Amino acid sequence: MSVFLCAICSGLIGALSKGCANLPGGTWFLGQGSGTFWLPEQASTTAGKVDFLFYFIFWISVFFFVLIVGLMLMFVLRFKRRDSDQAEESPHHNLPLEILWTVIPIILVIIIFVMGFKSYLETATPAQNAYEILVKGQKWNWFFTYPNGYTDSELHVPLDRPVRLTLTSEDVIHSLFIPAFRIKMDAVPGRYNSTWFQATKPGQYPLLCTEYCGTGHSDMLSWCVVHEAGEFEKWLQEAGDFLSTLSPADAGERLYQIKGCKQCHSVDGSAMVGPTFQGLYGATRNFKDGGSLAAEENYIRESVLEPLARVVTGYEPVMPTYQGKVTDAEITALIAYIKKLSGISDVAEETGETEGTGESEPAEEVE
Amino acid sequence: MSHGGKPERPATAPGHPGKPRLGHHYDTYEQQFDSNKLGMWLFLVTEILLFGGLFCAYAVYRAKHPEVFIYAHYFLDVNLGAINTVVLLFSSLTAAWAVRAAQLGQRRLLVALLTITIVCGCGFLGIKGIEYSEKWKHGLLWGKNFDYEALHHGDHTGADDHGEAAESGETADHGTAGVADQATPADPDAALAEGTGPTATGDATATTSSAGEISNIPASAMGPPGLAAAQMVAEGHGSLEDVPRNVHLFFGIYFIMTGLHALHVIVGMVVLLWLLVRASKGEFGTQYFTPVDLGGLYWHLVDVIWIFLFPLLYLIH
Amino acid sequence: MSTTSAAVGHDHGGDNYLTASHGFRSWFFTLDHKRIGVMYLISILGSFLLGGIFALLIRTELLTPTKTIVDADAYNQVFTLHGAIMIFLFIIPGIPAALGNFVLPIMLGAKDVAFPRLNLLSYHLYVVGALFSVMAILFGSVDTGWTFYTPYSTTTSTNVVAITLGVFILGFSSIFTGLNFIVTIHKMRPEGMGWFNLPLMLWALYATAIIQVLATPVLGITVLMLIVERTLGIGIFDPALGGDPVLFQHFFWFYSHPAVYIMILPAMGVISELISAFSRKTIFGYKAIAYSSVAIAVLSFLVWGHHMFVSGQSSLANMVFSALTFSVSIPSAVKVFNWVATLYKGSIRLDTPMIYALSFIFLFGIGGLTGLFLGALATDVHLHDTYFIVAHFHYVMMGGVLIAFLGGLHYWWPKMFGRMYSEAWGKFAAWLIFVGFNVTFFTQFVMGSKGMPRRYFNYPEEFTSYHVISSAGSYLLAIGFFIVAVYLVHSLVKGPKAPANPWGAATLEWQTSSPPPLHNFTAPPVVGDPYDYSDVVYDPTRGGYVKGERARV
Repeated sequence: MSVFLCAICSGLIGALSKGCANLPGGTWFLGQGSGTFWLPEQASTTAGKVDFLFYFIFWISVFFFVLIVGLMLMFVLRFKRRDSDQAEESPHHNLPLEILWTVIPIILVIIIFVMGFKSYLETATPAQNAYEILVKGQKWNWFFTYPNGYTDSELHVPLDRPVRLTLTSEDVIHSLFIPAFRIKMDAVPGRYNSTWFQATKPGQYPLLCTEYCGTGHSDMLSWCVVHEAGEFEKWLQEAGDFLSTLSPADAGERLYQIKGCKQCHSVDGSAMVGPTFQGLYGATRNFKDGGSLAAEENYIRESVLEPLARVVTGYEPVMPTYQGKVTDAEITALIAYIKKLSGISDVAEETGETEGTGESEPAEEVE
Repeated sequence: MSHGGKPERPATAPGHPGKPRLGHHYDTYEQQFDSNKLGMWLFLVTEILLFGGLFCAYAVYRAKHPEVFIYAHYFLDVNLGAINTVVLLFSSLTAAWAVRAAQLGQRRLLVALLTITIVCGCGFLGIKGIEYSEKWKHGLLWGKNFDYEALHHGDHTGADDHGEAAESGETADHGTAGVADQATPADPDAALAEGTGPTATGDATATTSSAGEISNIPASAMGPPGLAAAQMVAEGHGSLEDVPRNVHLFFGIYFIMTGLHALHVIVGMVVLLWLLVRASKGEFGTQYFTPVDLGGLYWHLVDVIWIFLFPLLYLIH
Repeated sequence: MSTTSAAVGHDHGGDNYLTASHGFRSWFFTLDHKRIGVMYLISILGSFLLGGIFALLIRTELLTPTKTIVDADAYNQVFTLHGAIMIFLFIIPGIPAALGNFVLPIMLGAKDVAFPRLNLLSYHLYVVGALFSVMAILFGSVDTGWTFYTPYSTTTSTNVVAITLGVFILGFSSIFTGLNFIVTIHKMRPEGMGWFNLPLMLWALYATAIIQVLATPVLGITVLMLIVERTLGIGIFDPALGGDPVLFQHFFWFYSHPAVYIMILPAMGVISELISAFSRKTIFGYKAIAYSSVAIAVLSFLVWGHHMFVSGQSSLANMVFSALTFSVSIPSAVKVFNWVATLYKGSIRLDTPMIYALSFIFLFGIGGLTGLFLGALATDVHLHDTYFIVAHFHYVMMGGVLIAFLGGLHYWWPKMFGRMYSEAWGKFAAWLIFVGFNVTFFTQFVMGSKGMPRRYFNYPEEFTSYHVISSAGSYLLAIGFFIVAVYLVHSLVKGPKAPANPWGAATLEWQTSSPPPLHNFTAPPVVGDPYDYSDVVYDPTRGGYVKGERARV
């Protein structure tokens, strides 16, 4: 009787979750995208194995849970206290039963362990000829450096090719997580960790930081873009060349995105961790330790290379330095972009010379 | 922490009339004494685990950076360390003897032994103080504070270093052994010349300054000691300038371990002082000597911890 | 009636531990373990309230994907303080300090713990530790997460030192309690009480005490190193100075994993008592449960690396820790089977404590089973640091420990305060808490496996529905707890007087009056089988059970 009940309950739960999963777009009432009730879509070679293990453990758990709770409820109902206070005589021991319920779980957990370990080893051992990408976490942005030296803040990879990520951090521990690939690895300062994956579906997959790292931890988001065959090389080529193919202001805009500025500085006026770039050029800046300055080329350059030299009032001294991470050409492009955001035309920037606006009277530099 | 039944018990406890110093919650003196003993031993176990964490950190860093430990330990004065060891061992003897004296009701002897133990503790702390002030003077400190001034000199001459050594008095022969190597090849510490001296690390960065230009990734471990030693012999010297990267790690560990230990020595001395006061008032005798027993146990722990610290820090080969 | 010399007390009016003396000093400087237990109870419930307020702030903030009521920095501080307060000020002291202190000596048949003064010191250290935490909240706050991972915790500008000093002091409070319990159980058992006559609550407290004594000093040295790193820059965890930030994680989890067994073992002890008492049946497999408590305590020291599977440690280390982690699941499973088997052919009554006990089996069942997903390497890589983990530990810590704590509180409440609470409200609140809990936290399992990371202030929009459901559940929970607080406090003033043994249990504390006299027993208790209900019969004149003639079934 009880076994029958368990079977029904297990079946019901299973049907419920599978049913929800098969509804268009996943469980409609919870509004998430693709994938199943429990898991995101599978977009890597190892995702399937991880998911298999997940459901294996899931069904074993459901079975035992239904069994235990089912028996519990049955006993409570059946053995409710009636007239007599005393319980029936029954044994306090049953060696065969106790051995059974010790040995069976032991066997099951051994199976689960082995499965887990084997699947894990696959994710820990990269394939041969993996495409190498260097990953750096820094509060609060990801930097992905491709073999040709180009650095972007998004992870672009080719389809159906093993990609090996070597991770480190500039400051605190971060962790790179791509749910669709089922991979995760910490980025630890002072050492290199690595993980790998092989993408099986083109598309764009969320990439998140999963080791708490401060104010912007939940904003340290990026994307893993999987390119179709042949497209990836094209993208890398174009992306790498942007400084020479785009106008300075447009190149600056690209840099704003890939160098991580966008994590902390908005361009629409909203306040983030750092001051907005909207209307920045030429505006007067007031600093925490006194003094003020008009935001012109030299100030912008200094802010990029020595951000803690002058901190604007109302903001914290948290910006990391970009010394060694941006070239002079890139700084020039960024300045051009910032000027554009303040409504100054492109033409003047090509000469790289300072153009004053009405408000650019240099104020006193007070340290 | 365990004082079975003092006269100051709260008035509401009926206690055991006619049985002084027996807690109301105990049935017999034996039960009380056994409980106190067990409690004390458990407390000592927690202290061992407390230090255990530091010994773990030591083991991890020594395994990862053996060159740092080999280089830096020369800055510790082995003789002073040895004297301290003897002092503590002797004080453990007097502490144990004091327990015996208490058991036998020998009040004067007990007072004398406790006093000697405390004096030994003072001696230990005094020597530690000398060692610490030496390190402070020479900038041999932890973390960013490491700033060994000898490394700032453009050229090293034996006279310079011995000059410093002479200033520091007791450490003349030993504290600057690493330095002495260059000055006096005939120095008894010529063991250095045989290749157990400071060695360079794998990535050949010579200084610990200008950290901004150096990668944050730590240096790879040095090769097998045998190989390095052979190299040292072939090259004929180890030199002071071959300071391993992050040599301050050793001093960080040194100060935190000996510092925590010294703190425990001070606590131990306070406990002994309190015992001394009570002993001189005649509170201990054949019937009641538990506090002396337990205090002695604590002092033995303090000694045992030093017995491990000394070889690990001072006697590195 | 006097065929046994059982001292069944009736209420002596002014002659119990509550009324024996008056005034603040008689409480704050008491040496009576019962008063110390009550003071602990009040303090940890206060901490629970504070931690709970932070929890509600978290859930309210997470109602929308972006800022709702606080900014990112404030949110980070709120979840840090929620965790730190709940763990160090509520759950770890929790059952051992508040219930154990009261009940252990009486259950043992002793007059007090081995070291009453040390017990008082434990409580004072708790108060000091709590004050440090409050100071940390008021001056600079903390935003590192309760796990204080380096290098973030060594470089953030918040007041890490204050809170870690508080944790250090609280650690000693815990150590001394454990030390006291071990010596008490070893040395203060009365004649006839061998190890296998001990109620399982005492086995549980004993196993817990072993962990407290052995693991907590490691926490002490860990926070000490963290403090020294922050204040003196010693460089031990700083990669720029050659230190290793992952070493901190090893040290931290070496304590914090056994710590979770400090939390759950006493809870399991309570459940053993409740299941047996409310089935009026000897616990099934007594020795198995006793041994598994000790086995869990030992094995708990070997698995800390399972918190670090993605930290970059070697595959070999990962394999070893994964295997050992599964080993520690077996004794827990065995206990659950034993409890359910105890119900078989019992004489079961669903009083409030029993509802909590059954809730425990349900909720701890889920919590424990979800641990399997996390012990398996491949799935843990996906689930680590997501809401799946948050849900898992809330199921075991809250659905397990807190539920057992509430069950124990309701069970021993009449004994401690001599009053009965409203059974109707008790049952209602227990159900509300059960429902609210599942709504809050089951949703988080799904969120987590779908990829929602933890400690996130902003979150991707697709997770909004989950968060809203979870927050709704948390408000239900809050209402449930509020109801419990109200009727319990009400019972102190207006509740009917409790008999010595309202539940008909057979452990020694029920042989003395409710509340007990100052020295626990007016006559030496009769030591026997703690789960033999055959001679505990209901006496209508007393409104409770008494030890009488052996009843025939």
